[in-house]
Amino acid sequence: MKRVKRRYLALQLDSDSLPTGKEVIGAVWAAVTKIYGEHGASQTNLSLIDYNLENKTAILRTNLATLNTVRASIATITSIAGKETAVHVTAISGTIKALHQKTKQQTTKKK
Amino acid sequence: MKRVFADLHLRLNVKDSAGTLRVLRKVAERGYGLVGVSLAPETRADEVAGLRSVCGEVGLDFVSRVDLRPRNADELMRQLRRLRRRFEVVSVACESKAVARQAAKDRRVDLLSFPLLDFRRRFFDRAEAELARGGLAGLEVDVKPLLVLEGATRVRLLSWLRREAAVAKSFGVPVVVSSGVSGELLLRKPREMAALGFLFGLDEVSGLDAVSRSPFALVERNRDKLSSGFVAPGVRVVREGRDC
Repeated sequence: MKRVKRRYLALQLDSDSLPTGKEVIGAVWAAVTKIYGEHGASQTNLSLIDYNLENKTAILRTNLATLNTVRASIATITSIAGKETAVHVTAISGTIKALHQKTKQQTTKKK
Repeated sequence: MKRVFADLHLRLNVKDSAGTLRVLRKVAERGYGLVGVSLAPETRADEVAGLRSVCGEVGLDFVSRVDLRPRNADELMRQLRRLRRRFEVVSVACESKAVARQAAKDRRVDLLSFPLLDFRRRFFDRAEAELARGGLAGLEVDVKPLLVLEGATRVRLLSWLRREAAVAKSFGVPVVVSSGVSGELLLRKPREMAALGFLFGLDEVSGLDAVSRSPFALVERNRDKLSSGFVAPGVRVVREGRDC
């Protein structure tokens, strides 16, 4: 069987509230389902790998084949748990290690 | 070469300077290099200069833009005559077929936009695209309705946008994806805008072009036209004086 390629997405939440990890992944699932339907959502193989409540950052995993689907869906999220929120993709990588390196580079660049 | 991204359609309340600065900071943070702010036709030159300097402070290149909403083709011509040289980007909201056709063939018009919810008045068909190709106008798509609408309305809008994007592509009409937002929370990063383009059939490269190359080409062309040395397309004054 062919190995399924995956991608890890680093997300940054822009919100005044503090949503839980469950609410974040719930919002992403809802957005994917709303845009692509249940069949489309089932192909994404989405899962929340990590969520940092303090920095409001999250790491999601999805299939490479549905990366654009997930990116487009994430861009349509305007609220989480009833609070106005924007979710931005800050980095994408094939491994969690490389993703952490990318996000680290971005933060040092900003400083 | 690294892409520089543009958002040609920000709706800011220019009277609220603190809010304007906050949104422009966010725009710069999100990774844009060029920003177009929709201004009223009666905006004074000093207000435009003020906005330009605020944008300069936060590291953005400012583009003045006016949105025309003429009732008929004659009114469009009058407004273009009066305003074309005062703004770097002219967008026309095409609410009737006559206006849409006139706007598409007029070389002074940069962007064509169509009513979002009144689908029977979205006149961007093959004839419109043919005229727009000759007139150098681009098709503007605001992403804000894709974020705020839901259900059947969004489905219909996506369907129309997909059709229009395909027509634009087949006729070589540039598609410009802009935000059309006034607040920070609906502002998206350029790559997210390109991803939203994916929803109506733009592939990754076309999506990125719609937020970088196409708006840049349009602004560059207009700045060249508005510069003092411009005579006609391809002809410009390079030196003046007795020794020429």
